[in-house]
Order: sequence, then structure tokens, then C-alpha cells
Amino acid sequence: MQAFAYASPTTLKEALALLADRWGVADILAGGTDLLNLLKDHIHTPQRVINIKGIKELGGIRKTDSGLRIGALVTVSELLASPEVRAEYPALIQAAEGIKSVQIRNMGTIGGDLCQRPHCWYFRQGFGLLAMKDGRSLVREGDNRYHAIFGNQGPACFVSASSFGPPLVALNARVKLVSAKGERELPVEKFFVTPQSESEREIALRPDEILTEILVPPAANVRNATYEVRQRETLDWPLVTASVALTMKGTAVASARVVLGHVAPTPWRATEAEKVLAGKGLSAAVIQKAAEAAVTGATPLSRNAYKVQLVRAAVRRALEAARPKA
Amino acid sequence: MRTFDGTAVERAGACAPPLSHLRRPFALLYFGTIAVRQSKEGALMSMIKKPPEPKTEPGAGVSRRGFIRDVSLGTGALGVALTPGEARAAAPALRGPGPVPVTLTINGKPHKLQLEPRVTLLDALRNYLDYTGAKRVCDRGTCGACTVLMDGKPVYACSILAIDAQGKNIQTIESLALSPQPDPLIRAFVNNDGLQCGFCTPGFVMAAKAFLAENPNPTMEQIKRAFGGNLCRCGSYNGIRRAILEAAKAAQGGKNA
Repeated sequence: MQAFAYASPTTLKEALALLADRWGVADILAGGTDLLNLLKDHIHTPQRVINIKGIKELGGIRKTDSGLRIGALVTVSELLASPEVRAEYPALIQAAEGIKSVQIRNMGTIGGDLCQRPHCWYFRQGFGLLAMKDGRSLVREGDNRYHAIFGNQGPACFVSASSFGPPLVALNARVKLVSAKGERELPVEKFFVTPQSESEREIALRPDEILTEILVPPAANVRNATYEVRQRETLDWPLVTASVALTMKGTAVASARVVLGHVAPTPWRATEAEKVLAGKGLSAAVIQKAAEAAVTGATPLSRNAYKVQLVRAAVRRALEAARPKA
Repeated sequence: MRTFDGTAVERAGACAPPLSHLRRPFALLYFGTIAVRQSKEGALMSMIKKPPEPKTEPGAGVSRRGFIRDVSLGTGALGVALTPGEARAAAPALRGPGPVPVTLTINGKPHKLQLEPRVTLLDALRNYLDYTGAKRVCDRGTCGACTVLMDGKPVYACSILAIDAQGKNIQTIESLALSPQPDPLIRAFVNNDGLQCGFCTPGFVMAAKAFLAENPNPTMEQIKRAFGGNLCRCGSYNGIRRAILEAAKAAQGGKNA
């Protein structure tokens, strides 16, 4: 780990004053479960590390008229213990349960989950986010078994590692980003971006901003669920995940959002599946048709075509979990 | 002087980071060319404390951006230094990168140390305090061998900066050996062959300690699902699970034990 200066501000203002207007100068430390690995591997070599855990206003879960406000510093354990989250947002609870290590749950935060760097092994070994060498993609020509099957036509082939990204996109949540100059809100869907060059990042956060909170709209009438297809029932990344949020009208689906995880550089909207579901009841035939539609446009790489079938299974099982009990 | 992995420095009176982590080419950037040629600790420290003045036109204002650009295009020796403007604005809050005073409360006992901010809690325990119970295996928050309790909750000591663990109550495996009677959990691990090589055991025992505090009467199924954060390469999982179940029953007053 390269040496760095350290600060532990107690107010957001102090923390923002320590950030720089370009990447690489300052890193934000919250749970630390990803950042410390990046520092140890010299993937990040910041001049200073700003610990934001002392900033009280970034914690806590609060129910408001416009939905649930989840502070960026809320840990996975706190999320799992929250009756408000459990009552309306099973998709978030199921995503949290996919983080199988109690130690990570106690340390890792929801803001950190959204801001964590991809786990592409080329990136983590120092070949850069896009893993290009002499104009050729190491991912395309190398071992890409855990890489993207959607949105991989540009230079980026990694998959977004976020556990909460897909359910939050499905639930139409927004993030609040604050800098010294002001604050802005973005749909979580727009927070994740596909970088086109090595100087870009996979999230819309600017280097002088801090993600302060996540705003999830009320979901009393929204059936939602997350299903993860995993290789191991212990601490590991899922292979494919699917989060669904179905706005119901009686027993029929008025509108649907189907979002896939670990298949693209961002959480991936399966819009064809959403179209299949809109206006229909959740019969087995409709679910099967939606699962099939979810893989429309998949462009697997040399070693990850298996993920296409996992997408079908994940969507089907997420829809079955979200289906109102008869 | 004990050097371990580049995060360790001499204990007494020492300030200079060792050069052992120069195995990474990136480290050269940090130390800069001057530092590599003169590897004396004094020279290093003076450089870390006092970054070289930027080259500027006489009378020209030093803009923050311009300064960073100038220096990064220059010797690369800036390392962790801040621009004068930044340093002024941030001075009260920023500490390090050299050793700074850190107080850790381990098993109820306060320890005062001089640590660089980059030293992890695990390295502070093992390399500076001789609490070697927590093991350094993956050092990437995956294997669980470094599990300690922080304010009663299991965490990976390798993934926490020591400076960030100040004010927290850190409990290590050593705390279970303080009384003349070994902790019932340790006895249960021995009784049930809950280990082979034993390297993962301190982490498992601490994780089990926290688990049983929250689930005093667990089922085998719950135990199977609760330890996803700890790995045992010998594959002693069955023994470990039986040990945790036995410890839970023993704590219930021998009922069903």
C-alpha cells in the first residue's frame, strides 16, 4: 500500500473540502472492504484517504412521504435489520442476503456497494479498467468467463459488481450526489455508465462529489424480488442476478422493470422482458416468455455463453418470487 | 528493526517507512528518484515532511491545478504531498502520511502506538503489538482468518485501517485465553476436531463467539449458513460446525450436551 495522508472529518463540508477535482488524488473510505484491496494492490494510489464514517448525517434509514431515504453509510447488516426495508423492499433484502459474509455485512455500506470498482481480474491485476493492450482487448482474447454478455460491444467488457445496483434500478431509486459547489440527484440507472476510454469511470460520480443518500420510492403496490444464481453458497460473487419490480393493478402487472446484474458493465434493463410482462397476469407461460425475452440481444464472449441460460433462470425465479401469493 | 511487508516500521523512535515495499514499481513514484539514491532514513523523512517547492515563474500565482500538473510532470517525487493551498485548507484535518499517534483498545487494554495511516488493524495487532492470534492469510477480506470483534461485531482486521479502529473495543482470540479456564468454545473445537492445521481457527472461533452471542440456541442449519465469511482449506467444516453446536449447548447449562 502506498502511503497516504488521512483525514476523518465529522461534517460533510469538511470532507468535501478535502476532495480534488480529478481522480487519483483523494479516495473516500467508508466500509473499506473494497478500497483497502484496491490500495493494497496499487490499483488506487491516492495522496489522501478521507474516512467519511464520522459524518453522522450520512447514516440512518428514514421513511418519508416520498419513500425511503437510506444514508450512504448504512451497512448491509443495518439494512437487513431494518423493518422498513423488510416491509416493502424484499428485492433489497434478498440482494443483501447474497452478501454471504457476516464480516462484510458488518463493514460494507450501501453507498460503497454502488461505488465499488469492478472485479474484472484484468483490472484488478493492473491492466486497466478496459484491459486493452496494443489496441487489443485482453478480455475478448483471454479468460472472460465472468465478463459481460450485454453492452460489451464497446471497449468495456467488465461487469458491474454492485449487489444493490440492480434492485435499486428496478425500484426506480435515485442517488443524491453532493459536492462543494452544490448537490444533484440522479436516477440510479443513470449513475452507472459504460466507460468508453480508460480515463472514464463506471459511475457518474465526479471526483469532487460524495454519494450521500439513496432515495427509494414507496413500493407498497410494487411486487419486487431479487434472485441470484451462484456457484457457491458462501462468500463469492454471483454469476447472474435478476431484480424485478412489478407495479400491480389487481392481479395483473401494470408495468414492470426487470434488471439484470453481473451481465453488463452496468445493471442491465431487460426491456424486452418488461414489454412482455406489461398488462399481463403472472402465469407460468408469461413468466417463461419474459425469461426468454430477457436474453434478447445477448452477445456472449468466447467463454461466457453459459450466462445466457442463467439469465433465463434468474428472471424466471425472480418473477416467481415476486408473484403475489394465491 | 522488524520489517514485514512494507507497512511495518521500527517500533521505537523510527519514522521512516522501510524500503522493503519497493518491490512494486509504483513505490518508486512515491519515493522519487532522490529517495532511491539516498536511502538514508533521514533523507526520506525530510522529504516526506517537506515536499519540494514547486517550480514557478517568479511572481506567478501557484494555482492548484497548475501545481499538480507541474509536479506530476516533474520528478514524480511529490508523492503524498499536498499543494500549499490545499495544505492550508486541509491542515487541521489531514494526518500522516508519516507515523501519527494511534491509540487502540485491545481486549480492554489501551495501547499507544506510532503508526502510518496506511497500517491495517491486522498489521498493527500482529507486527506492533504481538497479538499474533489473528492470522494474515489472504489479506483481502475473503478468508476470515483475521476475524476480530469490533464493539462485539465480527469484522476483518485486514480490511480496517488501525487509525480508523481508534475508540472501538477490539476483541481478539487472546481474550479467550486470559482466564485460567479456556473458553468453552475452544474446548469444543478441541473435542470435535474442529481444526486440522489450525490456521483458520482463531478467525472461526471469534466469528463463532459473535454468532453465539446473537444466536444462543442455533440449529445445525443456521450454523451451516452463518460462516460464509470464513474459509478452512483443510476442510474441517463438519468438526467446526459440531464444535459450535456443542459450545451452544454447553452454554445452555449442559442441556442436551
